[in-house]
Amino acid sequence: MMRLGPTLLLGVLLLAIVSIGAASREQGDTPDRETTPNRPAGLAAWQKIYSVMSHPRCINCHTASDYPEQGDDRHRHLFNVVRGPDGKGVPALQCATCHRQANADSTGVPGAPDWHLAPLSMRWQDAADRILPSSAVCKTVSDPAKNGGLDGAALIKHHQTELVKWAWKPGLRNDGSARSVPPIDYEEFMVATREWVQAGMPCTK
Amino acid sequence: METFKLTVNCQQKDVTVDPSTPLLWVLREDLKMSGTKYGCGIAACGACTVHVGGVPTRSCVLPISLVGERPVVTIEAMSNDTIGRVVEEAWESEDVVQCGYCQSGQIMSAVALLKATPKPTDKDIEESMGGNLCRCGTYVRIRQAIKAAARQLG
Repeated sequence: MMRLGPTLLLGVLLLAIVSIGAASREQGDTPDRETTPNRPAGLAAWQKIYSVMSHPRCINCHTASDYPEQGDDRHRHLFNVVRGPDGKGVPALQCATCHRQANADSTGVPGAPDWHLAPLSMRWQDAADRILPSSAVCKTVSDPAKNGGLDGAALIKHHQTELVKWAWKPGLRNDGSARSVPPIDYEEFMVATREWVQAGMPCTK
Repeated sequence: METFKLTVNCQQKDVTVDPSTPLLWVLREDLKMSGTKYGCGIAACGACTVHVGGVPTRSCVLPISLVGERPVVTIEAMSNDTIGRVVEEAWESEDVVQCGYCQSGQIMSAVALLKATPKPTDKDIEESMGGNLCRCGTYVRIRQAIKAAARQLG
């Protein structure tokens, strides 16, 4: 017993350290997010990202409702379009019923690969279609439990998909006018995304 | 002008048209298949619905350049489709049609619904058929016919 004592003590200590570490990871938060010296730069980068995410080209498909939105006034999608079980509409009225792999400028229908609504866990609006504040969207985007299990590297990859890039090449409306685009260009958006990720994806309180 | 190779109702068709031409007008004007109707021209009414690669599609807003190699199926092929034939029979038995202008689009959407959801609820029908408008207001009979077809398909 005397000889096992120190070994047992060391084992208990190691187990405690591992458990504390696991609990910290399970909370989806790391000490870096609050204490990193890059936090101010990360928060500044986030505000640029938020300026894009809260633009109609992005947020119209991050609704809290049973439908997508359209236009810069973010009105409910016409034609009785509904979300459906997987965010791609319902059997006879799918997103792909009109939205195909590319913009149809001759008819005014936007399109990009994998056109769909974001899941409800990634809603950036409230039930009254009001855009959530920056801190709330930040917490949603940085929470793997809500963002589809994406870590920082995977978020960067997500921002490189054709569907996200579509926001900067949204094509023409059916009157021939150009749809508006987010307030910063795509390259600046990606620089901000990388800065935010490298800073530990900080969010304001 | 550009030449596109299409598969329409299992037949190969070559058409030489402007790439921006909507599929609807290729069907109606170039291929002389007038079963698919022009209603609103902005995907708002569903009268122009066909299936492209199995997806119910508003042909009035789909440029021919975006069809690709996906097969196109129109109302003209529904009598040779297992579900399509049953739906058409249900349309007759339930006396759905009034003026009839929207009905080819209604049937194409109903067939797409039943292929994915063999036993649709009222909510399923309302959500899926909500994009197909009928100025005669035959919605009640459309719902009855879809349910009758679902029962028939068992």
